[in-house]
Amino acid sequence: MYLKTLLGASSALALIATATSAETITIATVNNGDMIRMQGLSDEFTKAYPDIELEWVTLEENVLRSRVTQDVAAKGGQFDVMTIGTYEVPIWGKNGWLVSLNDLPAEWDADDLLPAIRGGLTVDGELYAAPFYGESSMVMYRKDLMQAAGLEMPEAPTWDFIKEAAAAMTDEASEVYGICLRGKAGWGENMAFLTAMSNSFGAKWFDEDWTPQFDSEPWKETLTFYMDLMTNYGPPGASTNGFNENLSLFQQGKCGMWIDATVAASFVTNPNDSTVADQVGFALAPDNGMGKRGNWLWAWSLAIPAGSDAVDAAKTFVAWATSKEYTELVASTEGWANVPPGTRTSLYENPEYAKVPFAEMTLESINAADPTNPSVDPVPYTGVQFVAIPEFAGIASQVGQEFSAALAGQQSVDEALEKAQMITAEEMEAAGY
Amino acid sequence: MARAVTTNRKVINTAFAWGIGLLIFFPILWTILTSFKTEATAIADPPVFLFFDWTLENYQVVQERSNYARFLWNSVIIAGGSTVLGIIIAIPAAWSMAFVPSRRTKDILLWMLSTKMLPAVGVLYPIYLIFIELGLLDTRIGLVIVLMLINLPIIVWMLYTYFREIPGEILEASRMDGASLRDEILYVLTPMAVPGIASTLLLNFILAWNEAFWTLNLTAAKAAPLTAFIASYSSPEGLFYAKLSAASTMAIAPILILGWFSQKQLVRGLTFGAVK
Amino acid sequence: MATQHSRSAARLMMGPAVVLLLGWMLVPLLMTLYFSFKSYLPLRGGDLGWIGFDNYVRFVTSSAFWPSVSATLIIVGGVLLITVVLGVLLAILLDQPMWGQGIVRILVIAPFFVMPTVSALVWKNMFMDPVNGLFAHLWKFFGAQPVEWLSDASLFSIVLIVSWQWLPFATLILLTAIQSLDSEQLEAAEMDGAPPPKRFVFIILPHLGRAITIVVLIQTIFLLSIFAEIFVTTGGAFGSRTLTYLIFQRVLESQNVGLGSAGGVYAIILANIVALFLMRIVGKNLDA
Repeated sequence: MYLKTLLGASSALALIATATSAETITIATVNNGDMIRMQGLSDEFTKAYPDIELEWVTLEENVLRSRVTQDVAAKGGQFDVMTIGTYEVPIWGKNGWLVSLNDLPAEWDADDLLPAIRGGLTVDGELYAAPFYGESSMVMYRKDLMQAAGLEMPEAPTWDFIKEAAAAMTDEASEVYGICLRGKAGWGENMAFLTAMSNSFGAKWFDEDWTPQFDSEPWKETLTFYMDLMTNYGPPGASTNGFNENLSLFQQGKCGMWIDATVAASFVTNPNDSTVADQVGFALAPDNGMGKRGNWLWAWSLAIPAGSDAVDAAKTFVAWATSKEYTELVASTEGWANVPPGTRTSLYENPEYAKVPFAEMTLESINAADPTNPSVDPVPYTGVQFVAIPEFAGIASQVGQEFSAALAGQQSVDEALEKAQMITAEEMEAAGY
Repeated sequence: MARAVTTNRKVINTAFAWGIGLLIFFPILWTILTSFKTEATAIADPPVFLFFDWTLENYQVVQERSNYARFLWNSVIIAGGSTVLGIIIAIPAAWSMAFVPSRRTKDILLWMLSTKMLPAVGVLYPIYLIFIELGLLDTRIGLVIVLMLINLPIIVWMLYTYFREIPGEILEASRMDGASLRDEILYVLTPMAVPGIASTLLLNFILAWNEAFWTLNLTAAKAAPLTAFIASYSSPEGLFYAKLSAASTMAIAPILILGWFSQKQLVRGLTFGAVK
Repeated sequence: MATQHSRSAARLMMGPAVVLLLGWMLVPLLMTLYFSFKSYLPLRGGDLGWIGFDNYVRFVTSSAFWPSVSATLIIVGGVLLITVVLGVLLAILLDQPMWGQGIVRILVIAPFFVMPTVSALVWKNMFMDPVNGLFAHLWKFFGAQPVEWLSDASLFSIVLIVSWQWLPFATLILLTAIQSLDSEQLEAAEMDGAPPPKRFVFIILPHLGRAITIVVLIQTIFLLSIFAEIFVTTGGAFGSRTLTYLIFQRVLESQNVGLGSAGGVYAIILANIVALFLMRIVGKNLDA
C-alpha cells in the first residue's frame, strides 16, 4: 500500500510537471512508408504548434496491433494517438474506447472525405478516426512482359484472363514468375486477399444465421483456383510472402502481375526503389462475372483513445496529419505521386494529381468496394476483406495458418477448408453465437 | 611431463577450430557487412562479400528515423539497474544458503529457479493491470523491477555456487578474530567473491539487455529500449536488408563489444557450479 | 559451526529474495487463476461472469492444443540435443592446443550476445529467404532447388536458429568443465594405450555429467518460453505453434483473456512437470 501511495504521489507530481511545460502526445504508428514520411515531416507541426511535443512509437504492423489492442482493452492509457484500421474503428468506437472526432475544425472539411472511407470509420453518426490514407486493391502488371507474351490487359480483367496471362509470363529460368500473391498467414495478410477474392467467387464467411461457410462449394473453388495459380506460376516460398515481401519481389522485376494494395502503386513506380518503375500498368481487381470484384477497402486512420490525457493536443495533431494542407506539404517536398492517397475527393479533383498514373485506377477501385454489402449473397456482417466482429482477428489468424500450410503443400485444399470450418465453429461457439 | 604435441596436429586443430569459429560467427559478420552496402548490393545475385562500395548511408537513414541514443540509454539503465538491484538482493540470500545451509536450502534454490518457468504470455494481462494500477507502464523503474525479478533466481544460483567455493575455514578464522557478521560479509567474503560477482553481473546484464517480451509489451515511448528499436525495422516496405542490418548492428554492437572485452571474466564465471 | 544466532540471521538475509519471488509467483498466478474461471472478453465489454471450468475444457479440446504441446517438446528437445552434442565436441576441440585460441573463443561465443529478435530477423531474411537468402544462393550454386525453410521445415528452422543462439552457452560451460579435468588422469590413460574414443567415453564423458545437467536445466528454463523466434519467423504457422504461442494467440489476437489464462495454467502445469523431472536429476547431481 505504501508503495502504491508513494508511486501515486510521484506520478501526480509528474503530471503537474508536464502540465506546466509543453504538452506531450505519444503517437503509436506502423512502419509503413507513408507513416515514416509523416514522422519526418512532423518538424513542420512542432514549428506551428511549439507547445505540443510529439513522442513516436513506430512498430511493425503485427507488434503495433497487439500493443495498441492490449493497451486500449486494458485501458492502459499509454498512447494519445493510435494508428488503426477500418477493422478496429467500428468495434472500438462501439465500445466507447475512442474519442469522437465530429468536432474537428470546420476547415478540416469532413465532407471532403470519400464516402466509402468515411462510412467505414463512422459509428452511429460519430466519426471515430481520421483517415490517413485509404486503399483498395488492384492488379499491377508489367507492361513489357505482357507485350512480350502477346497479351493485352483489359481495364477490368476476369480471373480466367489472369490465369492465362500468368501462364504466359512465367519464365522460371530467368526467375520471372507470372503472379505474386500474398501467402503469409495473418488476418491482414493472406486472409485479406483471400476473403476479398472469395467475394468474387460468391463465397462468404457466414450465412445469415452466423454458420461458418468454409464447407461450401464457392470457398473450395476460390482456394483451388488460388492454389493452382500460385503453385504453377507463383514465386518459390510464396507461403511466407506478405505485402512487403511481394513488393520487394515486384520491385526487383520478379513478378509479372501482383494483386495487392493500391498504395503499392507509388512504390513500384518510384525509380529510386523500383527497377521496373516505368513498366508498370494498372487494372481493376479481377472478377468472375458474378457482380463482385475481388478488391478490398482499408484505411489506416488516426484515432484518439478515450483514456488519453491530452485529447485537445491529440486532436490538433490528428487534424494536421490528415488535412489538405498536409497533402500539399508532401506534394511540395516529395512530389504528387507520394501524397497519402485515397481519403479525399478534393485530391482526385486536383489537376496536378490527375497526372499521376495510378490516381484514376485507385479511385475507381475504392469506389468499387462495398463494405456494407460485400458478398454476392446477403450476409449478416459488414467489411469486405474482414468480418467486423471482435472475434474475427483471432479466427482469421488461425484460418490463415491453415491456408498458408496448404499453399506450402503440407495439406490439401479439402483438409485446410475442413480445419478452417472447425476452427471457426469452435471460436464462434466460444464467443456465444 | 607435458603432452608432446606435434606441430602437425596443432595445425590441423587450428584450421579446424578456426573454420568452425568463423562458421558460427558468420551470420553476425554477414549482417555487419550488409549494413555497409546499398540496398541493391545487399540482394545482389550472386552475393558480394567484401568488394563493394562501402557506404554509411543506412546508418544515417536509421539515425534519422529513430533516436538511437535514447533507446540505447534506456537499455543501459534497464539492464544495468535490474542487474545491480538483483545482486544487492541476492548477495545476502546466497550467502546464507552457502554458509548456513539447512535441509531446505536446495529446495528453496530449485523452487526459485522454477519461478522462471512461468510463461510470460500467460501472465501478461494480470501484470499489465497491476502496472496500470501502480502507474508503472512505460517507466524505466517498472522494467527494472520486472527484469530484476525475472533474473533473480539465476543471480542467486550463480552467487550461491561461487560462495560455496570459498573455504569455510577462512570465515571461521575471521570470526575468531572477533569480526561481526557485517564485517565478515564486507571485508572477508566480498573481496574473495568479486570475480564471481563480476561474472554474475555480466551474464545478467546480457540476459536483461536481450529480454524482448516484457520490454516490448510494457513500454511505449519513454522507457523503450533497443528491443523496441529493432521492432520498427522488422519488415518495412520495399528493399530493406541493408537498413535492417544497420539497425541490427546498432542494437547488438554495444553488448557484443562489452562481451568481448570482458569475456575472460564471463567465461571464468559461467559455470553455474558445473565444475567441482 | 553455525550458531543459533547466525541461523536466524541467515533466515533474515534470505527474506527479501524469497518474499519478492513469492510475490512475483503468487500474485500473477492468483490473478491468472481468477481470470481462468471467467468469461473475460475485453472486446465484448470485459467481465461476463463466472463460467466454471469451461475455459479449461475448451482449451484442451481445441484442435490446436496437442499439436502445440508436441511442437513445444520438439523444439526444446531438439535444441537441447543439438547444443549438448555439438557443445561437447566443440569444447573438446577448443581444449586442444592451437594458435589463436582466444580469438576462436570470441568468435564462438558471439551469438550469445545477439538479441533473439535480431537473430530471428537476420536468419529469416538474409539466410532462409527462398529468393534472396544466402542459403537459396548456395543451393542454386550447386544446381539445387532452394529450400523454403520456414514453411517446409519450420520446426527444423526454428530449432536451428535457437540452437545457434544457445550453442555458445553450452560450449562455454562444457569447456570450463573439461579444463578442470585432471590432465594426469588423461595422460595416464594415454600412456596405457587407450585410444581416443575410449578415453572420451570412459573419462571425459563421465566427468562432464554434472556440467551437462546444468546446461540442460538452465536451457530448458529459457527454451520453454521462447517467443520472439516464432513470432518473427513463422508467426506460429506450419506447425510451429508452441504452447506459449497458442496462449499468445488466445490472449492477444483473440482477446479472450479467460481462455488464455486457462492455457496459462496448463503451461504452468507443464513447466512444473518438466521442472520436477529435471530437479530430481539435478538435485541428485548437485550433491555429488
